[in-house]
Amino acid sequence: MAPDIPQRSEHPGKAGALLDTLTGSWSDPRSGGNIDAMHTHDDHDHDDAHTAPLTETQLRVKALESLLTEKGLVEPKALDVLIDTYETKVGPRNGARVVARAWVDPAYKQRLLRDGTAAIAEFGFTGRQGENMVVIENTPKIHNMVVCTLCSCYPWTVLGLPPVWYKSAPYRARAVIDPRGVLHEFGVDLPEDVEVRVWDSTAELRYLVIPERPVGTEGMSEDKLAELVTRDSMIGVARVEAPRR
Amino acid sequence: MNGAHDLGGMHGFGPIDPEKNEPVFHADWERRVFALNLAMGAWGKWTIDMGRYAREQMPPAEYLATSYYEHWLFGLEKLVIDKGFLTREEIDARIAELRKA
Repeated sequence: MAPDIPQRSEHPGKAGALLDTLTGSWSDPRSGGNIDAMHTHDDHDHDDAHTAPLTETQLRVKALESLLTEKGLVEPKALDVLIDTYETKVGPRNGARVVARAWVDPAYKQRLLRDGTAAIAEFGFTGRQGENMVVIENTPKIHNMVVCTLCSCYPWTVLGLPPVWYKSAPYRARAVIDPRGVLHEFGVDLPEDVEVRVWDSTAELRYLVIPERPVGTEGMSEDKLAELVTRDSMIGVARVEAPRR
Repeated sequence: MNGAHDLGGMHGFGPIDPEKNEPVFHADWERRVFALNLAMGAWGKWTIDMGRYAREQMPPAEYLATSYYEHWLFGLEKLVIDKGFLTREEIDARIAELRKA
C-alpha cells in the first residue's frame, strides 16, 4: 500500500502518474512500458448508448463517478487507463512467461521458489496485489492449488484479475473441504498417492503455481512453452497439456 | 469476523461452473467500479484490509445474493462516506436525479 496520504494537489490527475501510483513500476518490455502509447477509452460513457433505463446498480455507479469527478477526486481518463491496463495489458501471459522460464532455467526456478517476488520482478512484473509472492511447484507427488476463501486475493501482477469462478461462493467454500472434487470438475483426477495442498491467499500473500512441465516438450523453446501455460494451471486447477502432434 | 464472506468449508453451494473464454469484465459498470476503487484507494485513506472489511459489512443475505463487483460498489460507497469524501444524502440525491434524467 502507498504509505503516504497524497495531498489533494498532488493527486494524479494525469493518467500516467495515477497508473504509476497504483501499479508500481510495472511495465511490459514488449510494450516498452509506455503509458502514453496505451489505448484509452475516449468514450467511457457507454451506458448512454443504451436506450433501456439504467439498473439500480448502474445508477449507483454513475452517481458515484459523477460526484467524485466533480469534486476533483477522480479523473475519468485516468480511470480509463486503469481499466485498459487490467483488461488488456496485465494478465496470465505474464505468469506463463515466468513458468516457462522456470521450466528451462533451473537456477531461475530456484530463485523463484526462494523469493518469488524478486524473481518475478526480473521480468518487470511488480506492483499492486503482487507485493509478496510465494511460488509453489507441482510435482508427480504433490499437487498445489490456490484459493481465497474470504474474498478474492489473487496475484494480479502475474495473472491479472481473477475469473468469476475464483471469486464465487462454490469455489471458495469447496476448495478447502473437497479439493479433489473441485479438481475433478476441472477435469483433473489425481491418483490417491498424490498429496493435495491447498493454499488460502491473504491480502498480503499471493501464490503462483508452477505446473508440471508436460512430457514430450523437451527441446521446445521458452516462448513456445509459455504458449502452453494456462491461467488455470497456474491457479492449480488444471494441468498443462502437451501440444497435439 | 466470521460473516457470510467466510466461506471456506461451507456446504451446499453447488458446482463451480467456470465460464469459457471469460471476459475480464462483464459490464461497463463493473469496469467503472473497479477503477473507482483503485483511484480512490490511491488517496491513502484506507488500506486493502479496510477495503475488504467494508465489503464484508454488507448484510449476509445480500452478500450471498449479489455479484463480486456489487460487493465492491457497496464497500466503496461505505468508505467514501465514512472518510468524509461524500455524504449518503449527496449520493442518494444524485441517484434520484439520474433516475429522472
